[in-house]
Amino acid sequence: MGHTLVEKIIGNKVGHEVKPGDIVTVPVDWCMIDDIMVPFAVQKFQEMGFAKVAKPDSVVLIYDHFLPATQVDDTRHFRVGDEFAEKYGIKNIHRTDGICHQLMTEAGYVKPGDIAFGTDSHTVTYGCVGAFATGIGYTEMAGILGTGELWVRVPESIKVEINGKLPKNVMSKDVILRIIGDLTASGATYQSIEFTGSTIDEMSIASRMTMSNMAVEAGAKCGLFTPDEKTCEYCNIPFDDSVKALNADEDAVYSKVLKYDAKDFVPVLACPSLVDNIHPVAEAKGTKVDQVFLGSCTNGRLEDLQTAAAILKGKHVAPFVKMIVTPASRKIYRQALSDGTLQTLSDAGCIITTPGCGLCCGRGGGILSDDEVVVATNNRNFLGRMGTSKVKIYLASPATAAATAIAGTITEA
Amino acid sequence: MGKVFKFDKDVDTDQIIASQYLLFPTIDEMKMHTFESLNGEFASKVKPGDFVVADENFGCGSSREQAPSVLKALGVKAVVAKSFARIFYRNSINIGMPVIVSKELYDVVKEGDEMELDLENGTITTGGATYSCTKLPAKMQEILDQGGLIASLDK
Repeated sequence: MGHTLVEKIIGNKVGHEVKPGDIVTVPVDWCMIDDIMVPFAVQKFQEMGFAKVAKPDSVVLIYDHFLPATQVDDTRHFRVGDEFAEKYGIKNIHRTDGICHQLMTEAGYVKPGDIAFGTDSHTVTYGCVGAFATGIGYTEMAGILGTGELWVRVPESIKVEINGKLPKNVMSKDVILRIIGDLTASGATYQSIEFTGSTIDEMSIASRMTMSNMAVEAGAKCGLFTPDEKTCEYCNIPFDDSVKALNADEDAVYSKVLKYDAKDFVPVLACPSLVDNIHPVAEAKGTKVDQVFLGSCTNGRLEDLQTAAAILKGKHVAPFVKMIVTPASRKIYRQALSDGTLQTLSDAGCIITTPGCGLCCGRGGGILSDDEVVVATNNRNFLGRMGTSKVKIYLASPATAAATAIAGTITEA
Repeated sequence: MGKVFKFDKDVDTDQIIASQYLLFPTIDEMKMHTFESLNGEFASKVKPGDFVVADENFGCGSSREQAPSVLKALGVKAVVAKSFARIFYRNSINIGMPVIVSKELYDVVKEGDEMELDLENGTITTGGATYSCTKLPAKMQEILDQGGLIASLDK
């Protein structure tokens, strides 16, 4: 019987074949701890009484949610992280470089076939390079810090196959939102989603990241892409036999297969306040908006900023709309600075902020009040996520966000 | 016996404990804000030994372990749902709070009903009837029996 991609990744690491439902203990290649969870993970590590961190070079601390600090005491999290790193010989710390899920592949840590855990649910993002990566709590993270391993249940897999060319104004965000709508918010719980097909092959790594990032919104344990030449170029590694072997077998067994024709996709929104409440943008056309947010680990990459800039070029956001743009990392910020993208966005009246999690987790500037409407490119529209529980959050692609900002009402690009 | 506090499907971790409270240094400081956006009286009304009963996909969203932790700190004896999101499920076991899958319970109890849970035998009793609920996999039961992951790693 053939194997799915996740079965191969886990099987390679444990040195024997695995099947869904097996519970195996895996060595951990990467542990990512973000600033919110640092003090909690450190406290649990101390309660567990470990004398040392098992694999200090596998640990990456990233300060992003609280950056720059907006509340008194936020900086305590940075101090605790710095002290922990100093004491236990952890060298990988990013204090102002950007969002954790962008940096874990961009800064060269996670590679195809790796196993990574992070103290944030969007750790699934690293599936974009064909790594098994998922979110855990801080107590489990403390356990990995001490032991270097974790038990996992090998998940069943759902195959999503998309073939053909996407319509011009449809982005990978529209694709993943539609898939989440079809699967529902719990339709992939405990399972791996594998994305395949010619549409996927054509996608940039940035576009794939948007999709793996949101796999968790259908409950998935991971969202995987088969590593190809583009992946290897992005990860700066050779496309050799070990990478080529990270490929699902023809006769792999899936719990479910979803097939799509790319031309059937349209720009969509996740309407308030569930990520699986998906409707074509056209259905909400004309809804007045107060704010637009372009950024996050879902859609804060260069191609997202460039797409928005192309739409906003020579135009201006509506006078009553605040459009906030937050690049996902400093590297992206600098690229968008040197190619003129930020100039265009600024000319159009956008508020450009420092890289970080910003508004997405309701901590950065741009918090909204009762009955206000925001169109946002991030991954969650939960009640109270960006202000009060009466704020209406619509999730959309960068193209839809930019067109909406100009019109001041929900608009298709 | 404990009282039932009932919640709908897809209750996310932001609703259990909102991100602005994650800044508080201790779980005890956070716990009075539990379920604030859904039921502002929950934290003051829930008593040790009470139960949270929910529809599908309880605890979806972020990986914040503070979500099961505030429930445990308030004395919630167990969460019984039709299904759970995976990170919430693992976190609950790791902190030693039972998470029980029952496909029936949500549809037969109402807010304020009394119920009892027998973890060992996998049964729930309420309104004079007894329902079976799913037992945990051995690996998880072992962690739970030892009082969570910290105690389990000590062994």
